[in-house]
Amino acid sequence: MTALFPQATPAPFTLDHDLLEVSMGPHHPSTHGVFRMNVTLDGETVVKLTPVFGYLHRNHEKIAEQNSFLAAIPYTDRLDYICSMTNNCAYVLAVEKLASLQVPERAEYIRVIVSELTRLFNHTCLAGFLLQDMGALGTPLMYAFREREHVLDLFESLSGSRMMCNFMRFGGCRCDLPAGWIEQAATVTDRYSLFLDEFEALLTDNEIVRARTEGVGVLPADLAVNAGVTGPMLRASGVNYDIRKVDNYGVYGRFPFRVPLGEHGDTFDRYMIRILEARESLAILRQALREIPDGPVIDPKAKLRNFRPKPGEAYGRIEAPKGELGFFLISDGGPNPYRFRIRPPSLINLTILEDMCRGHTIADVVVILGSVDIVLGEVDR
Amino acid sequence: MQTLQQLKPRIEAAIQGVSLEIIPNGSPANPPSLLVDRPHGRAVAEWLRDDPETRLDYASNVTGVDWPEKTVKEKTRVRKSIQGLDKEVEEIVEKKTPGFLEAVYHLYSMALKHGPLVLRLRTENRSDRAALPSLTPVWRSCELQEREVFDLFGIQFQGHPDLRRILMWDGFADFPMRKDYVPPADDDPGRPNP
Repeated sequence: MTALFPQATPAPFTLDHDLLEVSMGPHHPSTHGVFRMNVTLDGETVVKLTPVFGYLHRNHEKIAEQNSFLAAIPYTDRLDYICSMTNNCAYVLAVEKLASLQVPERAEYIRVIVSELTRLFNHTCLAGFLLQDMGALGTPLMYAFREREHVLDLFESLSGSRMMCNFMRFGGCRCDLPAGWIEQAATVTDRYSLFLDEFEALLTDNEIVRARTEGVGVLPADLAVNAGVTGPMLRASGVNYDIRKVDNYGVYGRFPFRVPLGEHGDTFDRYMIRILEARESLAILRQALREIPDGPVIDPKAKLRNFRPKPGEAYGRIEAPKGELGFFLISDGGPNPYRFRIRPPSLINLTILEDMCRGHTIADVVVILGSVDIVLGEVDR
Repeated sequence: MQTLQQLKPRIEAAIQGVSLEIIPNGSPANPPSLLVDRPHGRAVAEWLRDDPETRLDYASNVTGVDWPEKTVKEKTRVRKSIQGLDKEVEEIVEKKTPGFLEAVYHLYSMALKHGPLVLRLRTENRSDRAALPSLTPVWRSCELQEREVFDLFGIQFQGHPDLRRILMWDGFADFPMRKDYVPPADDDPGRPNP
């Protein structure tokens, strides 16, 4: 019998091994969208990581160049679909720079309020996603989403849409706040403050969170600056650069908020910076809701239809929750932009993904990617 | 930050043989830009990053612009003798300006908190081989953005460590952000996603 079924001779046991290439994505749960990473592993350790983009590419820039300046606003909602309000703000800021338009004070305050509400829920949802990537399935994310829903209710009563707000216009906002909105917003702000305390009590000193994040994915400050990393990622590495402070766009000069900075530049700092920034946003919100003046919300001279700015170019940028969101516009005097460019913070923050992941285990890659905070609608445009 | 008019002689003194031009901006509230010739693009970028007064350590935005060939009609007054009489006549002359591709860099300083300085590089023509020096060795933030400009505009960045298509797929032949790009028709059998 043994002759009929020869047993395979087992390979001699050696410590030699090959590298393993793993394709994570495009539908891997950690990628929150369609994004692929080709990871080369030595055992469990990452040797090489190549991100692959483009699964959601629709050439937003070309679409915008074929439409009028006004028609590009609803498209910007779909960039970073969690933060449509700040996308609107960045685009109208660039157009206002291009055409030298003035914005009424009440509209500037409304922009600050909706931007900070956006930053608030973006940061808490990111913390929820990060925890989800670590294996805390559901609970932290659903807590964050529960609070986000109250802000989305506010946005819905303001603009008619929960997520695709399409609310900003050149020279102001589309409409004024409905009656009682400021009181509701103040209630949501107070509630959010309590929620942040609860959230932090659950997470910040959690042993598993600490073990999985401290010292993981360290990003040195000089590399972060050179690689153009912006937003909470940059400040977690200890670089004091917040465009709200540097450019003082809108009425941000009137708000004495602090810029939290990290010390180590690791994943835990990136988590903590977001919680601290959310607290600063609450302070800005309280002040803005108290001080918002009466008046018009859009410059009566602002022309929305048949808007033709003079030939020229402008680059407008804001501190979006994910980093520097900029719009570069060239006008040739026609009704549509000659060149429409978006500077996507999510894409550029991925430049150093490989540098952060090299030497860590494949389980850490998931956590590091989660701490970068990307939205694929913006990465691929 | 020093204005471009102040910076220009300093760069010219520091880098031999560089040719710079200040491109005015039609929108007066926004800054003009600095056009650098191709061979010295990298040297000027390094100078801007390392000069202690300028220190533009952060390249925020990199993008391409397509300027196709243009014919401009110009009216000129010419003296001519018509039927023996010396007269001044208006003549319309058609002038052709050659097309080119442009890479635009918005530079800021995180250390000194100033900016932007708008740097421009222009290719010789609009062919598929049109090339510019890559500034990725100077600022890493240009890495993915220059790849995108190569993908959508077709500018070859010389010295880029990994110049591949980024948003379009590898077998794609055209450059969609160019002004003369024609997308495939809806019933085109070669269309990738019908």
